[in-house]
Amino acid sequence: MKKGKIAAWVLLLLLPAGFVGLWRLQRKISVERDAMHQEQDEVLVRSPKLMRLLTGEYSPLAADIYWTRAVQYYGGKRLGQDTNLESLWPLLDLATTLDSHLIPAYRFGATFLSEPEPRGAGRPDLAVKLLERGLETNPEAWRLNQDLGNVYYLELKDYAKAGQTYLEGSKKAGAAPWMKVMAARFLEKGESRETSAMLWSEVYESSTDESLKENARINLQLLRADEDIEHLNEIAGHFATRFGRPPHSMREVMQAGLIDGEPLDPAGYPYAIGTDGKARISQKSPLFKQQSTYRRPF
Amino acid sequence: MRSPAIETENLAKEYPHGFLHLKRKTSLESLTMQVQNGEVFGLLGPNGAGKSTTIKLLMGIIFPTAGSARMLGKPASDVSMHGDIGYLPEQPYFYDYLTAAEVLDYFARFHGLSAAERGERVQKMLKKVGLETAGRIQLRKYSKGMLQRVGLAQAILHDPKLVILDEPMSGLDPVGRREVRDIILELKKAGRTILFSTHILSDAEVLCDRVGVIAGGKLRGVGSPSSIVDVKTLGMEILFELAEGKRMAGRFLGNATKPGAGFRLSVAENELYAALAELDAAGAKITAVTQIKPTLEDFFMELVSKDRAQATAVEVSGK
Amino acid sequence: MSRVLTVARNAFREAVRDRVLYNLVFFALLMIVAAIVVGQISMDIETVVMISLGLSAISLIGLLIAVFTGVGLVSKEIDKRTLHAVLARPLQRWEFLLGKFAGLVLTLAVNTAAMAAGLFLALLVVKHSLVRSDSVVLVAIYFILLKLMLVVALAMLFSCFTSPLLAILFTGGIYVAGLFVSELRSLQLTNLTAQMQKFFAVISYILPNFGNYDVMGAAAHSRGIAGRLVLYNTLYTLLYCSIVLGAASVIFSRKDLK
Repeated sequence: MKKGKIAAWVLLLLLPAGFVGLWRLQRKISVERDAMHQEQDEVLVRSPKLMRLLTGEYSPLAADIYWTRAVQYYGGKRLGQDTNLESLWPLLDLATTLDSHLIPAYRFGATFLSEPEPRGAGRPDLAVKLLERGLETNPEAWRLNQDLGNVYYLELKDYAKAGQTYLEGSKKAGAAPWMKVMAARFLEKGESRETSAMLWSEVYESSTDESLKENARINLQLLRADEDIEHLNEIAGHFATRFGRPPHSMREVMQAGLIDGEPLDPAGYPYAIGTDGKARISQKSPLFKQQSTYRRPF
Repeated sequence: MRSPAIETENLAKEYPHGFLHLKRKTSLESLTMQVQNGEVFGLLGPNGAGKSTTIKLLMGIIFPTAGSARMLGKPASDVSMHGDIGYLPEQPYFYDYLTAAEVLDYFARFHGLSAAERGERVQKMLKKVGLETAGRIQLRKYSKGMLQRVGLAQAILHDPKLVILDEPMSGLDPVGRREVRDIILELKKAGRTILFSTHILSDAEVLCDRVGVIAGGKLRGVGSPSSIVDVKTLGMEILFELAEGKRMAGRFLGNATKPGAGFRLSVAENELYAALAELDAAGAKITAVTQIKPTLEDFFMELVSKDRAQATAVEVSGK
Repeated sequence: MSRVLTVARNAFREAVRDRVLYNLVFFALLMIVAAIVVGQISMDIETVVMISLGLSAISLIGLLIAVFTGVGLVSKEIDKRTLHAVLARPLQRWEFLLGKFAGLVLTLAVNTAAMAAGLFLALLVVKHSLVRSDSVVLVAIYFILLKLMLVVALAMLFSCFTSPLLAILFTGGIYVAGLFVSELRSLQLTNLTAQMQKFFAVISYILPNFGNYDVMGAAAHSRGIAGRLVLYNTLYTLLYCSIVLGAASVIFSRKDLK
């Protein structure tokens, strides 16, 4: 027994050394693997028709799986700050072919397929294709009209089509009254900040998906910031007329009594005055970075 | 003087027992015994007495909670001397996808025999235990008795100095048991030491030089089979025949029993002649007169019942 | 050493005579055939699909064998008591363990090689010729084998101190956990304290990282794999197996058998 006991103690003492060795090897392995640019094939079978055939009566279940993968794929790419979203369309295409009534998938795709890189796949044409399929198979889904209209308005700048589809949607049972209002705005005024704000407001209210809600919220904040900046620039103009030069900082403007209190952006950070004397979002604010990745609202 | 083939000193084994393993069950209590070189030693006891536990402790299958054991002069935990030891487990079981020949060959490989030697030994062993013809059949098809024979074969195939057999007779028919007895005697003649456990007393009486009786985890006695019991005569037994119709009256006749065709009567030693006279007067024909001596069995049964009584007493008293 | 080899040879022989293994291998080959069919339908990425599905099949079958047979290596011997006569030999318990391990690993190597041959044959059928870059698939298969070695070691460790069912569950559980180790390391949840994050990081290094062996993407797209990665993965596997088998030996050497 004695020999056995000695062996046991020796092994116990060597254990930490062993794990240290593993740790170091692991780091080396991780380095090698990162350098490999692993491309995960998210979609092995590209033919939706084949998948439909293979899954048979379990198609809706398979659709759910693809739909979940699509969301994870998108989330994973965002977290890893990878902008390559080329598998998003195939995943959504598959999900909606397998289950044409999977409304959340259409709505998700509407935003994240159409938005430009780096936030989305930058393929509004595919988003339109997806939504048209959704509308065909779900004729009573006026929300999809809303989404389609948004794509036309925001990305394709086709206000006529946007208004048209909103109008169609407004006629469907259960449609919200503002659908008609928005249709009119599109057709009459084309793009405007107010319209965009209303649009994003509605999207924010109606979305159940977290990513979509977040996306809408930030867009709304940026719109509001834009409005604030326009207003602040007006005030800066007043400053210039009074003092003969543009303001150097927000404090100057405040000290001049031209505004009450420190103006804060929608994220709660104070606005700043740039070297050109124009107001802008502070670099400390999260909106600063988002400004460049999100569509520049006008 | 060479050290004994097996010696134990206060060898003990306790098992955690019961819910949450809080209680301890003593399987073997402080066993101190020796087996000398060249003797056949029988470990006797009822089932659950601790015989198998002792043997497993010796073979390193389980580990003692106290005490020590030595085999062939080295501690029992030294596995290297297993080369000189043969072991037959109780209710042996071997890889059922192998044939008997393959199993024996597999075991033989551990003993450093050359391929030629191995082949020869395997054949010899199969023959010795009467499995010559069945050597190529997979063990899954073997009966219990056949497995027992394979077990015996693997225990002796490397010609060990010490052979330990756990219930070697179990599962064998009378012919098989006779064969095993012969093998044991043969081994003894060749100067090997044998330890075997059994609960069959007649085997122990016939084969063993010495016997150790274990009951309730304790060693109750060691010695030659005849010395273990008091060689005190318990009385005389008379067997006789009586013609039909005769009256069974009289001091002795009245106590006679009729176990089969004839009659039987037990009397104290000093009353033998009086009884014989009465029988003679009754016209009985005496067929046999023998001494009644306590057998190993009586000793055994007494031990077991005493043990049970003690165990019950302990339980009742709540200790 | 020769004693270890004796046990290994016997363990290999036992596996070979176990008919279940043949069925599993056959199943794997079937999957490879199916992969060809599916590949044909998936416009222009047939080799990618085939290699992916083929490697997945080989990995899955190998895992099943590794877990179930690995646990049985020790459990079966203890339950059926075939172990007693073996331990009566001049054989140390750790030599026994090592021999069983080697025997099963050898079996897995042979099975994997057979399935790999099937996969290459399928590739040949589809591509009509093989190029040098296809050798990446060999590396992927070698990595699968390394992975299986580690799984066997873990299965043996668990079966030394728990019931067979629990051993299977624990081994399977650790395997699944090991797949997500790299994610654990980079856990970005904002509501975790620094200590919790450190805790997870430590765990992520202790758990076996089975993600290391996944090179399916590279193999499917015929991209090269660094020789250094092969070396490091091999060393990692050998080191981890040594630790696990060492622990198993210690536990097994003190275990009371039935």
